[in-house]
Amino acid sequence: MKLSFSPEDEQFREEVAQWLADNLCGEFEEVRHRGGPGDEHHMVAERKAWERKLAEGGWTCIGWPKEYGGRGASIEQQVIFNEEYARAGGPGRIGHIGETLAGPTIIAFGSEEQKQKYLPGILRGEVFWCQGYSEPSAGSDLANVKTRAEFDEASGKWRINGQKVWTSLAHESEYCFVIARTDPQSVAHKGLGFFLVTMDQPGVTVRPIEQLTGTSEFNEVFFDDAVCDDTDIVGAPGDGWKVAMGLLGFERGVSTLGQQMLFQNEFDAIVKLAKENGAAKNPALRQRIADAHVGLKILRYNSMRMLSGGEDGSLQKEAMIYKLYWATWHRNLGKLAMDVLGQESEILDEAPYELNRLQSMYLFTRSDTIYGGTNQIQRNIIAERALGMPREPRG
Amino acid sequence: MEFAFTEEQQMIRDTAADFLAEVSTSEAVRAAMNTEAGYDAALWDRVCQEMFWQAIHIPEEHGGMGLGYVELVAMLEQMGRYLFCSPFFSTVCLGVNALRIAGNEAQQAQYLPEIVAGKTATLAYASANGGWDSDAITATCTAEGAGYRLDGTYRYVSDGHTADILIVAARKSGSAGDDGVSLFVLDADTVGVSRKWLPTMDQTRKQAEVVLNGVVVGAEALMGEAGKAWPQLQQVLDLARVAIAADQVGGAQQSLDITVDYLQERVQFGRVIASYQAVKHKAADMMVKVEAGRSALYYAACVADEALSGGALGAELAEAASVAKAWCSEAYFFNAGCGIQLFGGVGFTAEYDIQLYFKRAKSTETFLGDAAYHRERLAQQILDGEAAA
Repeated sequence: MKLSFSPEDEQFREEVAQWLADNLCGEFEEVRHRGGPGDEHHMVAERKAWERKLAEGGWTCIGWPKEYGGRGASIEQQVIFNEEYARAGGPGRIGHIGETLAGPTIIAFGSEEQKQKYLPGILRGEVFWCQGYSEPSAGSDLANVKTRAEFDEASGKWRINGQKVWTSLAHESEYCFVIARTDPQSVAHKGLGFFLVTMDQPGVTVRPIEQLTGTSEFNEVFFDDAVCDDTDIVGAPGDGWKVAMGLLGFERGVSTLGQQMLFQNEFDAIVKLAKENGAAKNPALRQRIADAHVGLKILRYNSMRMLSGGEDGSLQKEAMIYKLYWATWHRNLGKLAMDVLGQESEILDEAPYELNRLQSMYLFTRSDTIYGGTNQIQRNIIAERALGMPREPRG
Repeated sequence: MEFAFTEEQQMIRDTAADFLAEVSTSEAVRAAMNTEAGYDAALWDRVCQEMFWQAIHIPEEHGGMGLGYVELVAMLEQMGRYLFCSPFFSTVCLGVNALRIAGNEAQQAQYLPEIVAGKTATLAYASANGGWDSDAITATCTAEGAGYRLDGTYRYVSDGHTADILIVAARKSGSAGDDGVSLFVLDADTVGVSRKWLPTMDQTRKQAEVVLNGVVVGAEALMGEAGKAWPQLQQVLDLARVAIAADQVGGAQQSLDITVDYLQERVQFGRVIASYQAVKHKAADMMVKVEAGRSALYYAACVADEALSGGALGAELAEAASVAKAWCSEAYFFNAGCGIQLFGGVGFTAEYDIQLYFKRAKSTETFLGDAAYHRERLAQQILDGEAAA
């Protein structure tokens, strides 16, 4: 076991930190610490400009292979980049769906034409993507997709009909990758296709969902005879599930240490508050603050284990617990923040419903244990895949 | 960065697991735990002569293997898994650590080779007042001639009734807190030393009361500087906490494993109970606890390694030890407790081993500070710093 980074990696860290110090300022000062879960709807235009700035510096898609315009950065370097980015207060990345999901999928499964057409826009920080997976009847049961894709012989294009939901940044994206049923007779994960769909067309309607936070980061997306070129299906019709699941392997947790840096910022804000308002002297809150500290430290160590894990990309046990662990930890942190604030936690910044940062975090963390696989689904996955316990008989 | 066991470390772990699976069976554990000594002397001889485990992190110059704390932790995890009854923890994780941290050259040269040769050792510092801080030290040392006179009563001394070598903490009369604490090393058969086995709820880890009544030692028994030993002792205790966390991770893992094995066999309502979500979700929570604990443990092991070898990361020892001890204490108790529940009625019997894990979970939880103790220690670091005003 060795916990330190190499001298080359430390030099890379300095380079990243320096570039961010030199560029995340001036006109970009206002986007620092903005965006990301709970704040995704804020300063979108400014954050898109920041994406272009990042691209100019060669800091988008650093983990992509060099032949596709990336830096071919090692796992360690990607971790370092994410850490330094979060440390500097870099805004939530509007480009992250393109960079970490759409792009790697196209690189792995896409045609040469798709690579030429889509990768440069993602690299330049100019073209943004959203994800069309969940549907009203396909939440935890993701394979129960009802959206249909029919091939129209006359036009030589696919026609897509159906509805997606919980699509973040849909109204800010040029493209959506959509899983839709290409074989109407099929069920579950068979007979699906993976489509790259242009958002700016008459057949696509985006409707924001008002959340309990009073804001709208998630959307419903309706497809009514939306059109998709035959060259914009990734893999063959019927391969959609394989392609979609392939995405899960790409992320490899390199952004997790960046996520933890954001959590650390939130935790530090709570500690500061507790020292100021006297909550730091309350023995019960001291225990909970220390418990949150323990939990965050372990989150970091657990990520380090994940990143050192199997090169074959197979999920180790420490990776399988990760979602359940961080989501539960973060949800608890939200409640801790309110309990440290005490009665002041109720008072808003402004009418009608302007939440401060910790209030927003508190309310938004209720979604952490739902999206991306609920805690209950995570427990099923752990029990079945890691512990080998049998599946519940299906009705 | 490579936060995973090397091949050599995996081999050490696997060798330990294989050996313990053979010698630390349920029958062997039950036989050993029902004796006053708490271990099978013939087996301990085998451990020392065939496996050479007692020498694992004793430097080569003193006849040891010269390996690091990560290797030690890999081995301890397996001992926890198999409820190994032996003076390993007291001798290696208290005795050797104390000698390495606080012992002078002459003391290391004398006692470390004795331990390599099979002698056992332990550390006594806490009195009956229930604390684990420097306030727990109530035994006194008084300068007498060229040496010292030691008086006092220690409780909760791991294997204190069987250890050959004692390392004891005593304070200058009238001193309080971290000041005035000294460490001494002496043979357990020194005149004035009396020892009494304390029967314990967890029978797999033996504790004793050690009384020093006018024990006279020479100046050569003093470890480090007189009256200034608390920081060193605290380091020894933190190293021991990491070792206990390793035992806890091993025990928490085995609690989960034997429970899942049982759930896969037990049939109710026409199917194995492992197929019920209410049961699966509890098992999943147990896995989260132990995997998170393992992450905390391995990090602490790396830190402990550097603390002993003088690396920069060693400065984090107190924090890493408290993080690991806080989490792993609760994880082990949670897993063993859930284990009894999931076993159902048979989990409550003496016959099934899950009860042994449940008891060892509690004894390792309280020893050297429970989770609440370590969280408060961390809270002081986080909340009571210079900006606290």
